[in-house]
Amino acid sequence: MAGAGSVAPEPIIRLRGVTKTYGDGPTAFQALKGVDLDIARGDFVAVMGPSGSGKSTTMNILGCLDVPTGGEFLFKDVHVETLDRDQRALLRRKYLGFVFQGFNLLSRTSALENVELPLLYRGDDKKVRRERGMAALEKVGLDKWWDHTPAELSGGQQQRVAIARAIVTAPDVLLADEPTGNLDSERSVEIMKLLTDLNRNSGITVLMVTHEPDMAAFAHTVVHFKDGLVERIDQNHRQGEAV
Amino acid sequence: MLFTTFTLAVRSIRRHLLRSFLTILGIVIGVAAVVTMVTLGQATTAAVQQQIASLGTNILQVRPGQGFGRGGGGPRPPDFEQADVDAVREQIGGVTAVAPQAQSTATAIYNGANWSTTINGTTNAYFQVQPWNLTGGRTFSRAEEEAGKAVCIIGNTVRTNLFRDTDAIGKRMRVNNISCDVIGTLETRGQAGFGGDQDDIVIMPIKTVQRRLTGNRDIRLMLVGIDADYDSAQVQDQLSTLLRERRRIEPGAEDNFNIFDTAQISATLTGTTTLLTSIVTAVAAISLVVGGIGIMNIMLVSVTERTREIGIRLAIGAVAREVLLQFLVEAIVLSMLGGLVGLVIGQIAIALLAPVMQVPWIFVPQINLIAFAISAVIGVVFGFFPARRAAALNPIDALRHE
Ligand SMILES: Nc1ncnc2c1ncn2[C@@H]1O[C@H](COP(=O)(O)OP(=O)(O)OP(=O)(O)O)[C@@H](O)[C@H]1O
Ligand SMILES: [Mg+2]
Repeated sequence: MAGAGSVAPEPIIRLRGVTKTYGDGPTAFQALKGVDLDIARGDFVAVMGPSGSGKSTTMNILGCLDVPTGGEFLFKDVHVETLDRDQRALLRRKYLGFVFQGFNLLSRTSALENVELPLLYRGDDKKVRRERGMAALEKVGLDKWWDHTPAELSGGQQQRVAIARAIVTAPDVLLADEPTGNLDSERSVEIMKLLTDLNRNSGITVLMVTHEPDMAAFAHTVVHFKDGLVERIDQNHRQGEAV
Repeated sequence: MLFTTFTLAVRSIRRHLLRSFLTILGIVIGVAAVVTMVTLGQATTAAVQQQIASLGTNILQVRPGQGFGRGGGGPRPPDFEQADVDAVREQIGGVTAVAPQAQSTATAIYNGANWSTTINGTTNAYFQVQPWNLTGGRTFSRAEEEAGKAVCIIGNTVRTNLFRDTDAIGKRMRVNNISCDVIGTLETRGQAGFGGDQDDIVIMPIKTVQRRLTGNRDIRLMLVGIDADYDSAQVQDQLSTLLRERRRIEPGAEDNFNIFDTAQISATLTGTTTLLTSIVTAVAAISLVVGGIGIMNIMLVSVTERTREIGIRLAIGAVAREVLLQFLVEAIVLSMLGGLVGLVIGQIAIALLAPVMQVPWIFVPQINLIAFAISAVIGVVFGFFPARRAAALNPIDALRHE
């Protein structure tokens, strides 16, 4: 699969003049002012930029969690802006994994059950769920913690469970909005190594928002946002040297 | 998908036991209250009707004096005589039988045991005008009635107190200074709502009582049985006219006797208990509604609390209707569980309260069904609509919800 230096040219995601306006009337606020962006299949992209520049807004649109106000969003050549709620849900279920800054695990629910949840909605039976759930936990190094609830896990462990949940369906794209935002630098590096591994060895396209250049250094492509627009895109040829 | 949803719903209920318990509580209380109150209301009605039936519905009770609560000053109006009894029976159409009564209290003694009781002097007509069967023995013979023999038919309370488990019939007991043969035993009538234990009684021929206990020939009460085909008001009028004539009351003067129609009180009593049942039912229905509001509150609070959970589920690929279905199943399971527990508690409460209230234990299937159905509807409506609002949110808005 695609790794450093051999990024496939075919874009899996295309944004064309994407705008997003929150609210309406005099209080309306345009968070995205016409974003054009291509993400190549197999790429590892870091999204950076000052606070309020529209990074999360873009990620939410890419994750089909929110809809653009204007412009085009093509995912695998499908015009996502024309899909309805349920179709977007199915797209998320099939092709996308999302990791949040705040983990967003179900409370009082074991790590394994959290990880199994997307498979449950996909309709896998219990045996398959167990196997894939455990495999995903193993990948993030938490297979021994499968029966612990979020309250019994550290922040870094919780984020790893969240990553396991995001990859358990073998998605095409993994979206992570400040996945290390709540973690110390040591835990952050662990998460970054995990994402790099998933990108290199499982062929998952990774999009990650981060404020820290140290974390962005793990990515192959760095997209800089400013004032609701893409300011510039850097290719990081020394990607992975931190690993 | 349905099985998945069911799994998720049950899992969610088990993980949040306190929340589930609080949700159920309202329904449990509501259903238990409705079932208990309505059932006990109907049992009371049944008990009252049973007592009324034991009075006999087509009976006129005729007494000297001017009805309840009057009397007071003035000379006491004369009692009836045997000739009045005969005249009523023979001259008024629609009268099936007339039972005269002379009452006294006396101490009954048998084999060292003694029991103070009411002695009722009457004739066999007594058993004709009202339904009261014998459990053993026989009623009076004509000869015994005419000669005023010392024979008696005893109520169940007297029987158990004097004879315990032994057969009373054929035994000779003492009533004050009369030595009399027990010829019959009466079936149990139970507690009367008005006037104590109906089974605490000894029945003897009226002549025996008059001669040997009261010492006069007065008749204090006539029970007049009326043929069901006749209008009791008309019979009452004729009876009144006849008695006024016989007692020589001037036109325009007030009656010095009163006629009491049991059909009337039975109608009044039935009306009262029906009204009581409706009031109690209304109160119970209010408690069900209050229970429903309780559920709605818990559901609203928990949906707010669970909006983030809904957001997570949507974010990882659940379709809105799957999330909704989960909430619906949760609501159904909880309200059915609450309904069932409520029914069980209701039945237990009925079983405990019925004896205390001296009403029969009854099971009313309809009210159980209705209460259960209402609880299910309340649970589903109040559980479903708040969830629908949350599931309609954009996943990201649901996730941001604090
Ligand atoms: N739901 C919303 N309603 C109104 N305004 C919003 C909403 N979400 C974001 N915004 C506004 O849109 C702009 C872009 O927000 P966004 O969350 O995309 O920024 P960001 O680049 O992720 O910033 P940060 O680095 O602080 O996370 C901000 O000015 C923010 O105030
Ligand atoms: Mg952000």
